[in-house]
Amino acid sequence: MAEEKDKSNLPPLSLHVPEPRFRPGDKVDYSDLAIPEAGAQARPDIHTAPKDMRDMVYDMIRVLDDDDQAVGPWDPKLDDETLLKMLRTMVQVRTFDDRLHRQQRQGKTSFYMKCTGEEATSVAATMALHGDDMCFPSYRQQGILFVRGYPMVDMVNQIFSNKADKLKGRQLPIMYSSRELNFFSVSGNLTTQYPQAVGWAMASASKGDSRIAAVWCGEGSTAEGDFHAAMTFAAVYNAPVIMNVVNNQWAISSFSGFAGAERTTFAARGAGYGIAALRVDGNDPLAVYAATRWAAERARTNQGPTLIEHFTYRADAHSTSDDPTAYRSAQEREEWPLGDPIMRLNKHLIKRGVWSVEQQEQLDAECLQAVKEAVTEAAKNGILGHGLHQPFETMFQDVFEEMPWHLKEQAAQANKEREIKWPS
Amino acid sequence: MAVMNMIEAINNALDTMLQRDDNVVIMGEDVGYFGGVFRATAGLQEKYGKTRCFDTPISECGIIGAAVGMCAYGLRPVPEIQFADYIYPGMDQLISEAARLRYRSAGEFTAPLTVRSPVGGGIFGGQTHSQSPEAMFTHVSGLKTVIPSTPYDAKGLLIASIEDNDPVLFLEPKRIYNGPFTGYYDNPVAPWSKFAEAEVPEGHYTVPLGKAKIVREGDAVTVLTYGTMVHVAKAVVEEHGINAEVIDLRTLVPVDIETIEKSVKKTGRCMIVHEATRTSGFGAELSALVQERCFYHLEAPIERVTGFDTPYPHSLEWAYFPGPVRIGEALEKIVRDLKS
Repeated sequence: MAEEKDKSNLPPLSLHVPEPRFRPGDKVDYSDLAIPEAGAQARPDIHTAPKDMRDMVYDMIRVLDDDDQAVGPWDPKLDDETLLKMLRTMVQVRTFDDRLHRQQRQGKTSFYMKCTGEEATSVAATMALHGDDMCFPSYRQQGILFVRGYPMVDMVNQIFSNKADKLKGRQLPIMYSSRELNFFSVSGNLTTQYPQAVGWAMASASKGDSRIAAVWCGEGSTAEGDFHAAMTFAAVYNAPVIMNVVNNQWAISSFSGFAGAERTTFAARGAGYGIAALRVDGNDPLAVYAATRWAAERARTNQGPTLIEHFTYRADAHSTSDDPTAYRSAQEREEWPLGDPIMRLNKHLIKRGVWSVEQQEQLDAECLQAVKEAVTEAAKNGILGHGLHQPFETMFQDVFEEMPWHLKEQAAQANKEREIKWPS
Repeated sequence: MAVMNMIEAINNALDTMLQRDDNVVIMGEDVGYFGGVFRATAGLQEKYGKTRCFDTPISECGIIGAAVGMCAYGLRPVPEIQFADYIYPGMDQLISEAARLRYRSAGEFTAPLTVRSPVGGGIFGGQTHSQSPEAMFTHVSGLKTVIPSTPYDAKGLLIASIEDNDPVLFLEPKRIYNGPFTGYYDNPVAPWSKFAEAEVPEGHYTVPLGKAKIVREGDAVTVLTYGTMVHVAKAVVEEHGINAEVIDLRTLVPVDIETIEKSVKKTGRCMIVHEATRTSGFGAELSALVQERCFYHLEAPIERVTGFDTPYPHSLEWAYFPGPVRIGEALEKIVRDLKS
């Protein structure tokens, strides 16, 4: 038999299970990570066919160079005012994260998630969109809300699940929603927002609208079927959508290799579907801005979807329920070769002569003060405790538009129990 | 014997089976080096190697689908879905594939996998970390559903599930991983080490699937329950001084109808307690079974105590949870004419 002959002398098969290069205590060496020179990447015309720009998916768009200058064809040439707004917003996000993380540690709420190190991937990206473009975030894009001016006190109210929480205490902290700011309700399930964003974009196209959609997920959750369904739909219907993959290297304890990073880039997923795709230094706010603007122009001129991989690093824990020292080397963060987005923009602005160390210190202090005030204000509406901030009826509202008989009965039961359990 | 909490007992069951059967493999998100977000697989990759206990991509469809394929080869995979709330992308592989493979191939192919997944609320996990979706699976033909309530049962049932030649969904009530929560959320939970059910034998033993356990004998009313609610219901019964018979079903499909029937015929009353939402919950099935088989012995209408038909709310989770007040009220109602 031919099979027998083919099998002779072959070594036995073996199963490959990916392993990250560094574990706790390991010395980190990033020397084989391909980081191209800033400014060296060509900027294709927005009319370029996806098949004619496939090299972009293995490259990395970088604008800020080692001397803190903005260089090359992707430099978005933003004015000082815009750059300062970008810096301020990122600093405010980071300060908010640090402070609210601490509130969770003090027992004022159940849960928190920071986006430390990844601020540019939501802040700079959102600044490159129009305010009426629809955003479908994952759980780590609080930066969108800061750019669009959502009041911090409302965010803290949600985090504390208190009586002023606009989501009525129903959602886990940070699972925000703001229709007013075109920020879709955050789901705790992964990548479900991806096909939804494509559907929104299809609807906008079918109505002859001018608005586009943007969606975010982490590299880990590109493994979910929803991601691939979204890519197929986006390609088939040429949907005006920007699909951001925030490659922060870690999905809780699983490194990016468990989503396929040992083989190729996440941007390369786009090439397989015939979708334009860019790979960006996610810690370079100017590169993120420029790539998003390119994709937005493309979408708005009916040229369809773009996938953007933001190459970045999750500098902190996955959430307050996680301890990354158990599975990765602490040196990874310290030696991350693409630096920190806030520091990089800060240095660039200093280099431009429009910013100083003293101004940065003052900004840090102002941002901290603003968060403290928001927390104090929100705490007046209560903190997560015994959960008595909302009337019990609210638990039964919005299950349906109109409350059916069985929920009315159950609401009556809940109120009856309240009098016994928590007599006033 | 060793004293273990529920996580340790589950870890020990997995350890026992990895040791005993080369075809057992463990897979899931964060289960490898890290040992699982609830630590159920801690140390297993180190002990048995990366091809026996390994991390997977974040794809529940991929996890369960790959497990079905491994079964076709002859392995006995034990995939973990990190929270039962995340299982839905894997539903097609579980319902249309794993559960029907034996039937559609007339026994040529089978799927002896055991999907482990934490269920239930009470940890302020919000609507995506608190669900009890067991009824979605009990409705499926060809799938066994198991829910332990003690460390001893968790180990014995998990080993029995892994050794079972049919697909099993093994749901772990996360609220009682560390101790038997009795429903008073603001009281500290006594650790498992203070309870006899935490005495777990070394090595291999099984608790048979399809067999309920009478956790408290009584003659006033039969309480059918499982998982976390076993402990809550038992505490309420004792607090109310009602001589109820509390039955921990342990396996929902196939349910131990013999034990149920015998008890209800003895007590003439039946109350069903589960944390899951009410409408089309497993309590509806139990209620129908009892009505069909024990109607002429019933002295009061069957009572169901359940979670409300809403998503699991974050801040009002203790208002949602079917705790001592809701159970106590139903209990008093069902025995009212006995007392008077």
